[in-house]
Amino acid sequence: MWQIFHKLGSPKWFFGIASTLMPWLLWVGLALMVAGIGWGLAFAPQDYLQGNSYRIIFIHVPSAFLAQSVYMMMAVAGLVTLVWRMKLADVFVKAVAPVGAVLTFLALFTGAVWGKPTWGTWWIWDARLTSMLILLFLYFGVIALGAAISDEKSSARAVAVLVLVGVVNIPIIKYSVEWWNTLHQPATFKLTEKPSMPAEMWVPLLLSVLGLYLIFGWLTCLRMQTEILVREGRTRWVKELVQAGGN
Amino acid sequence: MHPIRKKRLTIVLFLLAGVSVAVALTTYALRQNINLFYDPSQIAQGEAPVDVRIRAGGMVEEGSVLRDPESLKVEFKVTDFTSSVLVEYTGILPDLFAEGQGVVAMGRMDGNGRFVADQVLAKHDENYMPPEVNEALEKAAGKRASMPGVQDEAAASY
Repeated sequence: MWQIFHKLGSPKWFFGIASTLMPWLLWVGLALMVAGIGWGLAFAPQDYLQGNSYRIIFIHVPSAFLAQSVYMMMAVAGLVTLVWRMKLADVFVKAVAPVGAVLTFLALFTGAVWGKPTWGTWWIWDARLTSMLILLFLYFGVIALGAAISDEKSSARAVAVLVLVGVVNIPIIKYSVEWWNTLHQPATFKLTEKPSMPAEMWVPLLLSVLGLYLIFGWLTCLRMQTEILVREGRTRWVKELVQAGGN
Repeated sequence: MHPIRKKRLTIVLFLLAGVSVAVALTTYALRQNINLFYDPSQIAQGEAPVDVRIRAGGMVEEGSVLRDPESLKVEFKVTDFTSSVLVEYTGILPDLFAEGQGVVAMGRMDGNGRFVADQVLAKHDENYMPPEVNEALEKAAGKRASMPGVQDEAAASY
């Protein structure tokens, strides 16, 4: 088992695997996204209270969901960096942090657009919205810290520590709506209960969440490959690869 | 596992535990500030300060909404099904405002136990359903018990 784990850490091996996976991730992801969002926006029924404005959840929920889950993945990678000193884990953190930041921003933005007609305000300092804003700043911090330290090893360690300290924010985001009084409603989806939403609404939502996961996977592979090429530019396999592809 | 890695893992876990405890204690100490609003029971027990801008939240009580025909003034009761508090507001209410729906009002308590609001926000719950389903539900509920007249009487008395 440990052997597979260490093999995973080899940039060359990852580069090959990523190349095979990428077309699948992209096309299946795109198909799911188009199906989910198209179904959600055009065919799913209206909500009895909010009418059509609730349809923003088909973008808001996937991006908010992924924003948190990307951070959790970064935290696992941070742990791997600190304990096993695996270079690839740091490549992952550096590659996905900007993606996570964009997703968090998208969740906040679509939430504000929905909040204005539904609640009557763009923004309120309730626990859910504030902790999500902190998540955005954590992503910015990770990006900035990684860029500020030029030495690869110290940068990797510093970023990993920051990512791990920030991970306490994730349960706060998740449970904020239960621990405190907030304007944001509690979760519609729970692991143990039936969703408080009919199937013709949650099935397209689920499709768009899965689609966004796959597209995130594709984008991650692409960004990690680029980062690997930059870092391993001096090694023989990269030189051979560039020569084979370049001419 | 290699002893050095084991040591590093222990350090990281200690770091995580320490940060978690620190954050838990801080948020616990600040819980009064993190809570967005006071619920009617807290206000009834006198936990909410008088004459300080606070938020009050809960359900709009069925049949409690009184609209002044001459102005934009509205009065309604906000309840958490144990106690309720009378809210007075002048202005435009959000679209989702309705009896039986959640609201969060911003304003201050006057001395007489009335909450004078200058902003009312609608609070949406986690339930979504198509309009037809809601109609069917309401029909079923209407068959069981309906008390006509109560609402009209209340509206007329304003």
